[in-house]
Amino acid sequence: MTKSLQAWKLCLKRPKSLLLRCLVMLSAIITIFVLLYIIGYILIKGIPNLKPELFAWEYNKDNVSMMPAIINTITMTFMSLLFAVPVGIASAIYLVEYAKRGNKVVPIIRLTTETLSGIPSIVYGLFGYLMFNLTFKWGYTMLSGALTLAVMILPLIMRTTEEALLAVPDTYREGSFGLGAGRLRTIFKVVLPSAVPGILSGVILGIGRIVGETAALIYTAGTVAGIPNSLMDSGRTLSVHMYALLSEGLYTEQAHATAVVLLVLVLVINYCSSLAAKKLGVKK
Amino acid sequence: MNRFKEEAMRAVFFIAACVSILAVVTICVFMFANGIPAMAEIGVFDFLLGTEWRPGNDIYGIFPMIVGSIYVTAGALIIGVPIGVLCAVFMAKFCPDKVYKFVKPAVDLLAGIPSIVYGFFGLVVIVPMIRNIFGVSGKGVLTASILLGIMILPTIISVTEASLRAVPESYYEGALALGASHEESVFFTVVPAAKSGITAGVILGVGRAIGEAMAVNMVAGNQPIIPDSILSGVRTLTANVVLEMGYAADLHREALIATAVVLFVFILIINMLFALVKRKGDK
Repeated sequence: MTKSLQAWKLCLKRPKSLLLRCLVMLSAIITIFVLLYIIGYILIKGIPNLKPELFAWEYNKDNVSMMPAIINTITMTFMSLLFAVPVGIASAIYLVEYAKRGNKVVPIIRLTTETLSGIPSIVYGLFGYLMFNLTFKWGYTMLSGALTLAVMILPLIMRTTEEALLAVPDTYREGSFGLGAGRLRTIFKVVLPSAVPGILSGVILGIGRIVGETAALIYTAGTVAGIPNSLMDSGRTLSVHMYALLSEGLYTEQAHATAVVLLVLVLVINYCSSLAAKKLGVKK
Repeated sequence: MNRFKEEAMRAVFFIAACVSILAVVTICVFMFANGIPAMAEIGVFDFLLGTEWRPGNDIYGIFPMIVGSIYVTAGALIIGVPIGVLCAVFMAKFCPDKVYKFVKPAVDLLAGIPSIVYGFFGLVVIVPMIRNIFGVSGKGVLTASILLGIMILPTIISVTEASLRAVPESYYEGALALGASHEESVFFTVVPAAKSGITAGVILGVGRAIGEAMAVNMVAGNQPIIPDSILSGVRTLTANVVLEMGYAADLHREALIATAVVLFVFILIINMLFALVKRKGDK
């Protein structure tokens, strides 16, 4: 504390330094203020609108229940992870454990992964619509939404897993090799277990993206409000539900309530992710 | 047997790693194969430079949307870049550890809030605010810029912070030893040294702003005309697709896909710039 006081005192003698210091402080305060304002506003306006009928099992025009949407969100999350996590982890394993220096494919993989993470979700949505809904003739289905989202979160899973694998000290691998284990055994018994927290934190971040996604889903999984009978039926997740409520323009109160649920979900997800990252002991 | 298993799994991992290549190629093929014929049918120049968008009369000019996307993105940069960069400077060089414990999760959270929630917030808070101050409808370039400026903050902050931290401490210490104050050392040696990293962060921010769809279409007003002031309504490329894809058919639908192709090309160019700047920074 005394140190920062000293810094301020030093500043007073130099107006330019004082100005810069104030600007820096101001920007940080604005950033925090905006976040607190968004969270505060949504919670204060939304919590009074959380009524029991919003959580009824069946959706109808009167109760505008978000329960089916919540269940769809969970289904969608599991399905997308089912596709994205194994592929993401396997490709990170290839990049870290197998690829040698000067491998010609690796730069291409890096380039395409970066490209994938830059593509806007609406483009993913249109791509999924064109490929799964039209070319495969599936129509609006949960499966098509899940596959689209899986491609979308793939780069995220790959990158976080890669970081987690790189953080595993080489001595672990050498020790395992020294005991006579093969490469495969080393990866599954030694490297992966110690990288689990890092991988988990990436997976949780991926869940956050799935839960918050709208643009990639409206034209792939569609906007039907109920719980679908099968994965080949249309169903909307919570974010799409909120978009539908807003675009109909009649359900502002329910939209407020949905925003609260979404925000709380995101808060919990973020907290879990940082918890997992902390367990790894790697400062992000 | 073991040897076979090793080789087989190696192949499996390699194939998994190639999925991302396959995905990019498939996305490109599907987007271009569906979008380019429409562009050819409408006429590339009529499509890109036409100032009228009237699907009812089969007139498809997306120039207003291109301009709209550029305006809104530029506005977002004007708001987001100074605040983001300065906030990152605070986090990297001014922030006591105790405060950092709160600021860092806050920035992460800002990145985690879904765009639909941002859009909703813009709709119920920023739009009425602009309406009250300026006495207009409230939906327009300014509103969209403010909202997008907030949304790109976490991207800019985290990339800038990382690149500031990567600058060797000796730069800072050298400046201090020459008699500069803490602030002067940070702003005139550390920040310039992190220039390429900061640029990369800004480019990522541009990508995020130009590709944002759900939040923007709620606060931008969506009139398909070139805006004549920062308060008038604007439609971006993304909003054009989101708004009309639901009911479009035939050439109209293909024109929307072509709109997304234009957006896609913008994003590819931005990604390429990002890779170039980053590579330059790594050297």
